[in-house]
Amino acid sequence: MNPARKRRVRMIVALSCAVILVGALAYTSFSAASTVVQPSQLLASTNPSQSYQLTGKVVSGSLVRGRNEIRFRVRDRSNARSVAVRYSGAVPDPFREGREVIINVRSAGAGAPPHSFIGEKDTLITKCPSKFRESAPAPGGAATKKS
Amino acid sequence: MATVGQACLILALGSCLYGVGVSLVGARTGREALARSGRRALYALFLLALVAFLILEFAFLTSDFHYTVVASNSSTTTPWYYRLAAMWSSQAGSLLLWLTLAAGWSALCVVMLRGRLRDVAPYAVAVLLGFGAFFTAVMLFGASPFETVAVAPAEGVGLNPLLRYPSMMIHPVMLYSGYTLFTIPFAFAIGALIVRRVDAEWVRATRVYALAAWLALGIGVILGARWSYGELGWGGYWAWDPVENASLLPWLTGTAFLHSIKIQERRGMMKIWNASLVLATGTLAILGTFLVRSGVLDSIHAFIEEGKIIPWSFTTLVVVMIAGSVYLVITRRNDALRSESKLDSLLSREAAFLANNVVLVMIAFVVLWGTFFPLISEALTGTKEAVGPPWFDRYAVPLALILVLLSGIGPMIAWRRTSASLLWRSLRGPALVALLVALLSVVITPTSSQISAMIMFVVGAFAIAVCLQELWRGTRARMAMTGDGPLSSFRQLLSRNRARYGGFIIHIGIAVLFIGIAASSSFQNVRDVRLAVGEQATVAGYTFNRVKPTAQIDQRGGKLERINFGSQVRVTKDGKYVTTLAPSADYYPANGPMLGAVSTYFAGEATSEIGLQAGVTKDIWLAESPDISSLMPIVRRGDAVFAKAMKAGLAPQASSIFLAAALDGLVTRYRSSPPPSQFRIIVNPMVFWVWVGALIVFLGGLIAAWPAVGGVRDRVRARQAARVAKELGRV
Repeated sequence: MNPARKRRVRMIVALSCAVILVGALAYTSFSAASTVVQPSQLLASTNPSQSYQLTGKVVSGSLVRGRNEIRFRVRDRSNARSVAVRYSGAVPDPFREGREVIINVRSAGAGAPPHSFIGEKDTLITKCPSKFRESAPAPGGAATKKS
Repeated sequence: MATVGQACLILALGSCLYGVGVSLVGARTGREALARSGRRALYALFLLALVAFLILEFAFLTSDFHYTVVASNSSTTTPWYYRLAAMWSSQAGSLLLWLTLAAGWSALCVVMLRGRLRDVAPYAVAVLLGFGAFFTAVMLFGASPFETVAVAPAEGVGLNPLLRYPSMMIHPVMLYSGYTLFTIPFAFAIGALIVRRVDAEWVRATRVYALAAWLALGIGVILGARWSYGELGWGGYWAWDPVENASLLPWLTGTAFLHSIKIQERRGMMKIWNASLVLATGTLAILGTFLVRSGVLDSIHAFIEEGKIIPWSFTTLVVVMIAGSVYLVITRRNDALRSESKLDSLLSREAAFLANNVVLVMIAFVVLWGTFFPLISEALTGTKEAVGPPWFDRYAVPLALILVLLSGIGPMIAWRRTSASLLWRSLRGPALVALLVALLSVVITPTSSQISAMIMFVVGAFAIAVCLQELWRGTRARMAMTGDGPLSSFRQLLSRNRARYGGFIIHIGIAVLFIGIAASSSFQNVRDVRLAVGEQATVAGYTFNRVKPTAQIDQRGGKLERINFGSQVRVTKDGKYVTTLAPSADYYPANGPMLGAVSTYFAGEATSEIGLQAGVTKDIWLAESPDISSLMPIVRRGDAVFAKAMKAGLAPQASSIFLAAALDGLVTRYRSSPPPSQFRIIVNPMVFWVWVGALIVFLGGLIAAWPAVGGVRDRVRARQAARVAKELGRV
């Protein structure tokens, strides 16, 4: 085999391997993925057998701590549409009302109140503490200026 | 002072734009004076960024709440050393840190060049100043650290309590050092490709900074993992979060580059691959910075979205970097990047390094794919989907096994070609060690279902044995040559070939680290349990007895810093005393006009202070979350009493005294009638070795990166010889 042909064959083999790898990645990632949703999307439609990755903010005043689980509502970032979530498992320290969370949920199923979901164990995560910005305390109505 | 800081940023932007212009003109026309002026613009950028940085640090240190960024991220009750670190917990402060570090490392690099790479350097300086201009402009138009208010609030929000952890003071600095150092090889690769000079001198200059970046980024990543394990209440050290992944990506491609550049150095091969890797690594470093700030992916670590300027500007920068890199590599592929030799044999060091590169790049691709999968899926199907840790583990685990195996085999194969029998002679000792470890694993591991962990023990033991064998052979040879003792010979061995033997130490560390990860993730015992005082729970044969409650108030500078509720937990095994742990939860006060006088102390952040008994074979890890709901009716009653008293005209001084007495009463009440607490108990085998492995890796990295004394001496001699030759020429 001449060197140019050899190089071409090698290139085809390498590219084929790369295509197979990308194909495998694509197939497995689609089959293992959870749909990323906000509460309003869950309110619009829910597949009871599907797992969702729910993102949103914990509604103020909704958190109830039970003996083995916590219950709270999660709302959209930009509006008040919310769903109820029941969760047992590790609760991150920064978790509190008003804070942004990401949690994998499934529909609570028949018999449960409508639009209520069960959080999968140990999937509740809260915004990293280095990255949420508390607003500065009010100085008495002083205007902000750029120096 | 804020005005001076802002002026520094404006001048810095001017300096960058001027420097980019003169460097490019100097490079195109060959006028050294212009190139020199460009270098001076880089030094000026560093000085201006440093002044701005120090002004902001001073504001944090003195709690000057006129600065919005100080009021939002610090307070007078924040300890002074955490006030200094509070600067980079904000978007604007972290951008200023990025700029200062980038300018500092770039200026140091240009100084260290000492006139080498004269044709490449002006282009590299222009690229580095371009980065400087970008970050300065983002601060000036998107997130200014010098935004102030006319009337300062009396108190700031304070640094988030979870960030009050020693390693968090340096974790961002190391991470950003890694990112910014990786922009230097990127800039020099761009310069070298423009002038079509991807030669040995470029390799030498690039490798040093790539190694330093790799080391700094690795330290940053491991410090973040340690903080997660030691401070957060979930007991893990890696969660495959997009921003964590973003820091891993340049580290992986940087590792691949540090290996493959050796092939170019020795054989003049793989130039396209190396140029692509170093350009990809620089781009991924910017992408890492971008992901934290863009909000394009849902990440627990992402800064909140602040307008569209930052996401759009970063997207533009990344697109420009990718487009420029692709253009340069394609147009230079047939001349500057043409390979000087070919792969002689598949049983050669070159082939082993190539395999190692393929595996590292595959891991990086998997991580990149999984991280950006929400965007990919949305683009393809219109639905945003995300993959979780099990998906990442499915690919990362087998690839990591191959990587550790290669780290054992690769260094034993000769350059160009070797024979199978010769290779087997070098590997049979380590193979025997691996076989023994395999037998031991089957006998002592509690379950055979964790097959991937057991394979990792075997390949890890193999890689460690190979590296120790090589270190011992080298030491023994030096002992025979010099007659010195083993320690002295070992030291000489390291100093004579730092890159090679530092590399062996790194491989040992990586193997140890992966063994620790495999054991702690596969054989971990976790239990979440609710315990009242006197109750107990059993995990992995250990009995945890909640003996008594603890409660105290911590003050700083005459102000209440936090209230601490916790427990003493006595740990026994088979009736024998093991240790007593003291997990607790800290409650920090919040600021807010609507909060009651007492409830304000429970409305802020609550953080777990874990109880940890770290050991060589296992860690006993304990986090507590007290159920303080039973105290809340008392707290609310206290709020009502204080509100009534304040209305009746209670003086602020008397109010403080009564409030202190009320909180003391609350603490006493907690001690006398403690509520039940939720505990997370983990018995975690061999986590200790994750940190030890990381330490060994960084020790090896330091040895490899340390400048060789002989190298400096040789350069000085060469320069002296050149001067003499020049003078003789004049005569």
